[in-house]
Amino acid sequence: MPNMSKTKVPMPVQEPDVRNRNFSEVALGYTEDMAVEEAERCINCKHKPCVAGCPVNVAIPEFIALVHERKFEEAYYKILETNALPAVCGRVCPQESQCEQVCVRGKLGEPVGIGHLERFVADWYMKNVHKLIKPAAPNGHKAAVVGSGPAGLICAADLAKLGYDVTVFEAFHATGGVLVYGIPEFRLPKNIVNHEIDNLRELGVKLKTNMIIGRAFTIDELFEQGYEAVFIGTGAGLPSFMNIPGENFNAVYSANEYLTRVNLMRSYDETYDTPIMKSRAVAVIGGGNVAMDAARCAKRLGAETVYIVYRRSEVEMPARIEEVHHAKEEGIIFKTLTNPVRITGNERGYVNGMECVEMELGEPDASGRRRPVEKKGSEFMMDVDTVIVAIGTSPNPLIRTTTPGLETNKYGGLVVEDTTNMTSRKGVFAGGDAVTGAATVILAMGAGKKAAKAMDEYIRGVIPADS
Amino acid sequence: MVTITSVAPRRFFGMEGFKLDRQMFEVMTKETLNSMTKRMQVYAPHIANKARPGQFIIFRVNEKGERIPLTVADTDKDTGAVTIIFQEVGKSTKELGELEIGETVLDFVGPLGKPSELDRIGRAAVVGGGLGCAIAFPQAKYLFNSGTQVDIIAGFRTKDLVILEDDMKAVSQNFYMCTDDGTYGTKGLVTDVLRGLIESGEKYDKVLVVGPLPMMKFVSLLTKEFGISTIVSMNTIMIDGTGMCGGCRLTVGGETKFACVDGPEFDGHLVDFDEAIRRSGMYKDIEGEKNAQHVCRLEKM
Ligand SMILES: Cc1cc2nc3c(=O)[nH]c(=O)nc-3n(C[C@H](O)[C@H](O)[C@H](O)COP(=O)(O)OP(=O)(O)OC[C@H]3O[C@@H](n4cnc5c(N)ncnc54)[C@H](O)[C@@H]3O)c2cc1C
Ligand code: FES
Repeated sequence: MPNMSKTKVPMPVQEPDVRNRNFSEVALGYTEDMAVEEAERCINCKHKPCVAGCPVNVAIPEFIALVHERKFEEAYYKILETNALPAVCGRVCPQESQCEQVCVRGKLGEPVGIGHLERFVADWYMKNVHKLIKPAAPNGHKAAVVGSGPAGLICAADLAKLGYDVTVFEAFHATGGVLVYGIPEFRLPKNIVNHEIDNLRELGVKLKTNMIIGRAFTIDELFEQGYEAVFIGTGAGLPSFMNIPGENFNAVYSANEYLTRVNLMRSYDETYDTPIMKSRAVAVIGGGNVAMDAARCAKRLGAETVYIVYRRSEVEMPARIEEVHHAKEEGIIFKTLTNPVRITGNERGYVNGMECVEMELGEPDASGRRRPVEKKGSEFMMDVDTVIVAIGTSPNPLIRTTTPGLETNKYGGLVVEDTTNMTSRKGVFAGGDAVTGAATVILAMGAGKKAAKAMDEYIRGVIPADS
Repeated sequence: MVTITSVAPRRFFGMEGFKLDRQMFEVMTKETLNSMTKRMQVYAPHIANKARPGQFIIFRVNEKGERIPLTVADTDKDTGAVTIIFQEVGKSTKELGELEIGETVLDFVGPLGKPSELDRIGRAAVVGGGLGCAIAFPQAKYLFNSGTQVDIIAGFRTKDLVILEDDMKAVSQNFYMCTDDGTYGTKGLVTDVLRGLIESGEKYDKVLVVGPLPMMKFVSLLTKEFGISTIVSMNTIMIDGTGMCGGCRLTVGGETKFACVDGPEFDGHLVDFDEAIRRSGMYKDIEGEKNAQHVCRLEKM
C-alpha cells in the first residue's frame, strides 16, 4: 500500500539560526527509514513522466522501488546507469522544474522527493560500500579534456571506461569547476566532489591542474602532443557587471570573486590567507542560485543585514525553490522589483550605499517573462557597505581567441553539432556552460556524456573525419 | 540496519590526490638582490617555452596561501627555468622567499596576460621604480635585442635597495640612476630625470614605466604634457588571472578592463590611477593583521 501522505517526508536540516553562522551542510539527509517511507509515496504510475522530465533520464521509479525494498546498493547502480554524479545532482538539481515538476503525486500535494532519495542513495553507497574501481583495459588511444567541471569530469570518466588514456587540464589549482569554486560547502560539501574525483583517478584519468589551455598549450598543440580528440568544458566563467556608476568602489564584488574567495580560497577559515571584506550590510544583486549562495555566504561571514536585490518578482527568480526558502529562513531580506542605479562610496573609495529604483511588471518580453519597468520617482537609498553582483556570466574568450576556426555564437558560446557536440573544428568537441552559457550541472553532465560517446566514435572512425 | 561486509578499504586519495595532480615546480636557483628582494628560478618548462615579455605567473606556496601574481622576469627554454623577482612584502612572498633550492612551489600557473607590444619602436625610455625595474628589465632587454635605442631610468629609495644595475646597463644605450635620498646616482625622482632628458631635447617614441602606482601616475602625467605615448604595467589584486573574477578590474579610458586578460599593460594616459590606488589598498587593514601573525621559519626553529 503506497504512502498517501500529501507531503514529503521532511528533510532534516540544521536550525536556521545555527546554520547561518557555520559552513556545514544545511540539509542533513534522510535516514534509511525516512527514505523507505518517502519511497512508498511513489505509486509507480504507468507513464512515468518523471523519467522524461530528467535531462539524463534516470530510471526514477525503478530506483525508488529498490529503495522501497531496502536494496540501496542496487538502487545506486540503477541511478548510475545514466547519472554518474548522483550525490551532486541529488543536492543541486532544480528538481522542481524537472522530474518533480511532472510527478503525478504533485497534482494533489507535494511530488515524491526524488532529489532527496537520489541523494540518500548516493550518500548511503559512499558510506557503506567500498569497492575498488578497476580501470578498463587500455585501448591505445589518447584524448584530452579541458576544464574539470561536471561536463569535463563526466566526459573523462566515460572515455576512461572505454579504455582511453585521458588527461584533464584544469586552469585552477583544484579540480571540480563550479562545484568547488562556486557552490558553497553548506550546500555541496567538498568531500563529496573530491570523492567523485577520486573515482576518476581510480579509473586512470590523469588530472593536471595549473594548466591554462590557450596559454600554456593551445588546442592545436594538444593534437600535436598526440591527443586524438579534445573536449572543451571550460564553463561560463566571465562575470557580467551592471555598468552603473560606482561599480569599481572597494567592496563591490562579482559573485564569482566573492564565492571563489570564500569557497575555493576558504577565506572563512582564519588559518587561510586570502582576505575578504568584513561586511556589515550586503546587497546581492540577482535572483539565481549564484545570488542565493553569495547572500548566504555573506550572512555566514557575519554580516548583520543581507539583501537580495532583484528587478523582477519572486516567481520569476531562477534559483531553486529550496535555496530561496533556505535563504529566507536564514534571515536574508528579499527586495524584489528593485533595481540598482548607482553605488556610492566614501572618500577612501569604499562602498557606503546603493541607490535603487522600484520596478513594476509590464508586458511579457522575449523570454516570456513580464518585463520590469521603472516606477518614476521611486528612487531610494540602501544602507550597505558591500555589493555583490550576481547577474550572470558568459563563456571565457581565451580558447576561442587562441583556436583558429572555432565558431561561436553572439553570446560567446561554442557552436556544436547537435547529435555529436562536435565544434566547427574536426576532433574538437564541447559541452556544458561553454556551449550553453550558464545553465545547470545536470545539463553539463549530459553534454559531457554525449560528447564522450561521439569522441569514441570519431576516434574509431565511425564518424568520418572528413564528414 | 544493513551492513556490508565484503569491503576492501577504498583507496582514498584526499590530500594525496591533490598533490598527484600537480607538476613539481622546483626552486632551481635563489639569490638575494637586496635586503627585501629575491630572485628565483622555478622549474616550469611549459611556461618557459611560452612566456613573452610583459606576461606573468600566479603562484601559491602552500595549501592555505593566497594566489599572488608575479611578472616573468626571464625564461630559459633549455633548462625550463622561469625567473621571478619579488619583494618580500606580504606573508605569501615571505613564504616564497623562505623556500630553499630543491623545494617546490605548490602552484605555479601561466603564462598569463597579454605580451607587451614592443615591435617597431625606434627609441624608448624605460622607467623603473624599485622592484618595477625587475618587471621593466625583460622589456628593456627585448627592445634592446630587437634594435630599439633604449634609455633606462632607474629610481630607488636609497642605495641599499638598488637591484639589477649591471643587467640594466647591459641592455641600454644610456642608463640613469637616481635615489630619493641621493645616496646613489642623482638625488631625486625618476620624473625629474625624465623631464630633464625631454627638456634637453631627447626624443622618445615610447615611454615604458613600471613601478609603484603613484610613480606611474606622475610619469604618465608628465609624458602626456609632451605627447609621448606611454605604457604602464598594472599589478592589481588578482585571484584566477584568467578573467573569471573581475577582482583585477580598473578603469581605462572610461571603460572597465580586467588587468589579467586585457593587460597587464595599458596606455598610461588613459588609466584611472586614483581608482587603481584605492583598489590596491582594499585589504590593507586585513593584510596587516595576517602579516603580523606570520612567523619566519627561522624564528620557529
Ligand atoms: C554559485 C553557483 C551556484 C550554482 N548552483 C547550481 C545549482 O544549484 N544547480 C545546478 O544545476 N547548477 C548550478 N550552477 C550552475 C552549474 O554549476 C554549472 O552550470 C555547471 O557547473 C557547468 O559545468 P561545466 O562543466 O560546463 O563548467 P564549470 O563547472 O564552469 O567548469 C569549467 C572548468 O574549466 C576550467 N577552465 C576554464 N577555462 C580553462 C582553460 N582555458 N584551460 C583549462 N581549464 C579551464 C575552469 O577553471 C573550471 O574549473 C551554479 C553555478 C554557480 C556559479
Ligand atoms: S584576476 Fe580574476 S579576472 Fe583578473
